[in-house]
Amino acid sequence: MKKTDICTIEHSKIIVNNEVIFENQTETFSEFAKEAYKNLALNYPKFHKMDNLSKLAFLASEVILKDEDHSRTALVFANKSSSLDTDFKYQESINSQENYFPSPAVFVYTLPNICVGEISIKHQMQTENAFFILDEFDEKFLNDYSEQILQSGKADKVLCGWVELYQESYKAFVYLLTL
Amino acid sequence: MENLREELKHKIIEVLNLEDVAIEEIKDTDPLFGGGLGLDSIDALELIVLLDKEYGIKLADPKKGKEIFASIDTMAKFIEENRTK
Amino acid sequence: MRKEVYITDYNCVTPLGFDVSSNWNALLQGESGVVKHKVIENQEPFYASLIDSEKLENEFQKHFENKDFTRLEKMFLLSLKPLVERYNLTKETAFILSTTKGNISLLKNQTTLPEGVFLSNLAQKLADFFGFKTKPIVVSNACISGVMAIAVAKNMIQAGKYKDAFVVAGDEITEFVISGFNSFQAIGTEPCKPYDKNRNGINIGEATAAVYITSELTQNEKFSFKILGDSAINDANHISGPSRTGDGLFASIRNAMTEAKVSAEKIDFISAHGTATIYNDEMEAVAFNRMELQQVPLNSMKGFYGHCLGASGLLESIISMESASHGTLISSKNFEEMGISQPLNIIKENQLAEIKYILKTASGFGGCNAAIVLEKC
Repeated sequence: MKKTDICTIEHSKIIVNNEVIFENQTETFSEFAKEAYKNLALNYPKFHKMDNLSKLAFLASEVILKDEDHSRTALVFANKSSSLDTDFKYQESINSQENYFPSPAVFVYTLPNICVGEISIKHQMQTENAFFILDEFDEKFLNDYSEQILQSGKADKVLCGWVELYQESYKAFVYLLTL
Repeated sequence: MENLREELKHKIIEVLNLEDVAIEEIKDTDPLFGGGLGLDSIDALELIVLLDKEYGIKLADPKKGKEIFASIDTMAKFIEENRTK
Repeated sequence: MRKEVYITDYNCVTPLGFDVSSNWNALLQGESGVVKHKVIENQEPFYASLIDSEKLENEFQKHFENKDFTRLEKMFLLSLKPLVERYNLTKETAFILSTTKGNISLLKNQTTLPEGVFLSNLAQKLADFFGFKTKPIVVSNACISGVMAIAVAKNMIQAGKYKDAFVVAGDEITEFVISGFNSFQAIGTEPCKPYDKNRNGINIGEATAAVYITSELTQNEKFSFKILGDSAINDANHISGPSRTGDGLFASIRNAMTEAKVSAEKIDFISAHGTATIYNDEMEAVAFNRMELQQVPLNSMKGFYGHCLGASGLLESIISMESASHGTLISSKNFEEMGISQPLNIIKENQLAEIKYILKTASGFGGCNAAIVLEKC
C-alpha cells in the first residue's frame, strides 16, 4: 500500500508532507482552530458549530482532501479518548439540578464518529466509515483494516487518521492510503 | 422592547455559534429558518433550550417551535407574553 | 478464494433474561422489557427497557467472586462468560467490543477523567479477566456499532489477521444519555411504535450481547450462520438527521447484498433499525423500497428491547438468528397502523417461516448506516 499526503496537527502547527503550512502562538486549541480556519480560507460556517475533536479531524482532512473527488475514498479513524472532551462538557451541563440545561448541540458531539460524519458531509463522501477506540496509536491496525477495504474493492482510497484530543492536549495524524 | 430584539440577536449568534454573522445582518422580520443563516434542526432544538434557560419558558409542545422561531419578531412577541424570568 | 466466516455461538443479557433461550421464550409470548420506570431522580418516570439491578446482582454473585466491576461491566461479564468458557483463546483470537458510551456514568460530578471511562480500559479489563491474548479492538460508531463489530470481525478474519473472534456489545441506561435524547425531543411518551402512524419517539434500553465468530468449523456446532456480506456507508447529509432519500442505508444494503451475491427475492427476513422516530423509520422505508425489499417480512425489535444503542445491532442480530433457527418470524411489537410513505411488509404477529437469508440493518448519529447479510447453514 502507498501512503500519500500526510498531515500532522499538534502544538499549534499544521504540517503537510513535512512542510509547516500554518502555525501560531495561541494559548488554546479553540483559538488555534479558529485562526487555522481563517488562514486556510475554508469558508464553511458549520465549522464553528463543531466540537474540538471534529474541528481537529476536519482541519487535518481538509488539507489532504482539498476540492478533489473523493466519492470512492473510505474514512477510517481512531483515537484513545473517544469524545470525552465533549462528554465532559456535556456532563457539566447536567451536574447541577438548579442549572439543568442539556444542550442538543453539545450532546450530538458526544460520539466519536461524528467527526467522520462532518468530513463525509463536507466532501459528499457516501463511503465506508469506521471509528475505533484504541489504547494508543496503532498504525498497523489502521493500515490492516484499510487494506482489506481496498482489497475488497469497497473503496479506491482510504483516509486514515488518528485524531486524539482531550482539552488542550491534541494530536492528529491523518494520511491517504491506496493500494 | 427594542432591547429584547437586540438581546435575542446577540444570544442567537452566541448560542448557535454563528461566528461569521454580524448583528446588523439579522433583520427583525427575516425568516430565521430557510433564510441566509443556515439554521438546521439542531438549532431549532437549541432555541427551545434558550427559551427555558434565559426566559424561563418551558415549551409544552415543541412542534409550536416552527411558528415561534419564524423570525426575531415572532420570538420576541412570544417571549414578551410568556417569560417568567 | 476468501475464507468463509461463521457465527456459531452467542449469548445475551437483557431485561427479558440472562440467556438467549429465556429471551426467545419471552419474545414468543410477546413480553416486552419496556416498562414505565422512575430512572432519574427529580425527573418524571418514563418508558424504558431497564434490567432489574437486584436480579442482575444476584446473577452476577452466582458466577463471579471479584466485586470490583461497574454495573455495565457485570452485564458484559455475564454475557461473555458462558461463551468464552467453551473455546480456547489463542494469539489469533480477536476481542472486539462495541459500545457508544461505556462507563459514562462514572463522569458524574468528577473534576478529572476517571480511568474507567476510557473505552480501551473497559475493553482491556474485560479482556484481562478472561485471558484474551490480543489487544482489544473497540468499535464506537454510534448505534451501528453492534452490526459493524460483526463486520469488523469477519473482515479481519478474511484478511488473515485472526482465526476467530469474540464480539461483545453493550450500553447502559444513564442520565447522560436520557438527558441527551430528551434534549433532542426524541424520547416517546408511550411504549415505542416503530413504523406506526402514531409513533412519537424512542424508548431507551440497555443490554449486553456476545457472539463467537470463526473461520474454522469443527462440525460440532449447534448452528452456524455465514456472514456473507457487509457494508457501512455514510449519508453525507447531516450529523443527526437521516438522509430523506435513505442514501447511506440504501448503499450499505446494496453493497452488502452484492458482496453476498444475494438478490432481493432471496432475502427471507429483515431485522431493521426501526427506532420509532418520525425521520428514521421514514428513511428506512425509502431505502428498503429503493432496494425493492418492500415485500420481505420485516420487524423492528425496539418494541421489545427499547433502543440499546451500542448493543442493539448485535442483540437484534442474535434474535434474528434465533428466528431462523426456530423457523419463526417475531412480530414488530406495537405496530398497528402504517405510518410511513412507502410500503413495508411489517410482521404483525408471530408466524412460522423458512428463514435462510437474513438482512440486518442499523443507522445512527453522524449519518452512519450498516448492513450485513447472514445465511443459515
